[in-house]
Amino acid sequence: MDFALIGRIWPFFAEAAWVTIEVSMLAIILGLILGFAAALASLSRNVLLRWPARAYVSVFRGTPALIQLFLLYFGGPQIGIHLGPFEAGVIGLGINIGAYMCETIRGAILSVDKGQTEAGRCLGLGQTQVMRRVILPQAARMMVRPLGVNAIALIKGSAIVSTISVLELSYTAHRYISSTYKPFEMFILASIFYLAIVTVFSFGVKKIDERVALES
Amino acid sequence: MSEPIVKIRGLKKNFGSLQVLKGIDMDIDQGQIFALIGASGSGKSTLLRTINQLEEVTEGEIWFDGELVNQKLPHRQREAHLNRLRQNIGMVFQHFNLFPHLTAIENVTMAPLMLGRVNKAEAIEQAKKLLDKVGLSDRGDYYPSKLSGGQKQRVAIARSLAMNPKLMLFDEVTSALDPELVGEVNRVMKALAEEDMTMIIVTHDLRFAEDVSDHVIFMADGLVVEEGPPSLVFRAPQEDRTKSFLQQVFND
Repeated sequence: MDFALIGRIWPFFAEAAWVTIEVSMLAIILGLILGFAAALASLSRNVLLRWPARAYVSVFRGTPALIQLFLLYFGGPQIGIHLGPFEAGVIGLGINIGAYMCETIRGAILSVDKGQTEAGRCLGLGQTQVMRRVILPQAARMMVRPLGVNAIALIKGSAIVSTISVLELSYTAHRYISSTYKPFEMFILASIFYLAIVTVFSFGVKKIDERVALES
Repeated sequence: MSEPIVKIRGLKKNFGSLQVLKGIDMDIDQGQIFALIGASGSGKSTLLRTINQLEEVTEGEIWFDGELVNQKLPHRQREAHLNRLRQNIGMVFQHFNLFPHLTAIENVTMAPLMLGRVNKAEAIEQAKKLLDKVGLSDRGDYYPSKLSGGQKQRVAIARSLAMNPKLMLFDEVTSALDPELVGEVNRVMKALAEEDMTMIIVTHDLRFAEDVSDHVIFMADGLVVEEGPPSLVFRAPQEDRTKSFLQQVFND
């Protein structure tokens, strides 16, 4: 293990880790928005909302994220979509994780006892009012941890954007391997940064979960 | 003689190929207390739930306060129609169905506030009165998880009353309670009955039914087998099925 080398180059990895964090967080936000919209759409009575939402989930969970990313970044220009690596990475990862988040959010909403809807409707509240004030506040508590799991999977999975040359952790590790011929050190270093990001993120999820749980 | 507040005609309800209500007729006048009794599966809960359309009906008519409840309407209009009707029909459930993320008083104030019936100060004042009425004036800030079953059910009753309903439906409201907690809920219902609230009570508690109701309906297999004042149905039943049901229950 070449500690001197690690000591010299870790700041470059730290910079790359920041890119990983940026790509991941933006993709998570995009995924949450898409997932939430798709979850509500998939629970709608209206087939024009329900079907596209179901199709979105099937397609993006049923094909490799890597292929989706390539399609967007390399195939996009053919149909007039020109994106830089960073934008393509965020959008590609975000749309992909959104499909998983949709299922998580949908599951949490469906897991709220049917009696809650009945009680709300019996008071004369409408479907939307019941969803907003009765179901979602309860579902939100149940979705924090599973959404955290989705998000952590995304952070680790964000390594695939190295293939479209986003200058994040995995890409940086590869780059330094070709100049140092020390793959062991480089991958260990990248792993340490991934582990640090995931640990801090998990801690944040745990805190949010405790906070929402305490309110009742 | 005024129109009955609830009028049911030829009501049938199928779940798939299973017919659970096979033609029910019923008239309930303002201020009457109806008790629906019968074995599990006799259709009494389903009947209750058709009145506010938690269950759609297959055939027949339900009238409430001069309006046809089960009108054929396009979805949006039907929703608006039901929301309006349901504001006047309170319902209390076996498993309370309190909103666990809200305190007792928030459970009571939520619907009147959301529906713009009152402002916040009025809602809170009214909720305090109602919690006081059900004997829980000191529990307003408790979350449901901190309340006993009997207390939860009393909050649920207060929550329904906050909409000033003209009719209250009670669906086996003491069945899920520990025996020692049944009395406190029954007392609240009895007090309500004495205020001339119109009530339909589905219950397995025959002593309570006899005590509080002024009309008893005994159902079996989706039909009304026998009905009348409690003194007759309980003390001098005419039908064999009623007799054997009462015998079974009272011998247990």
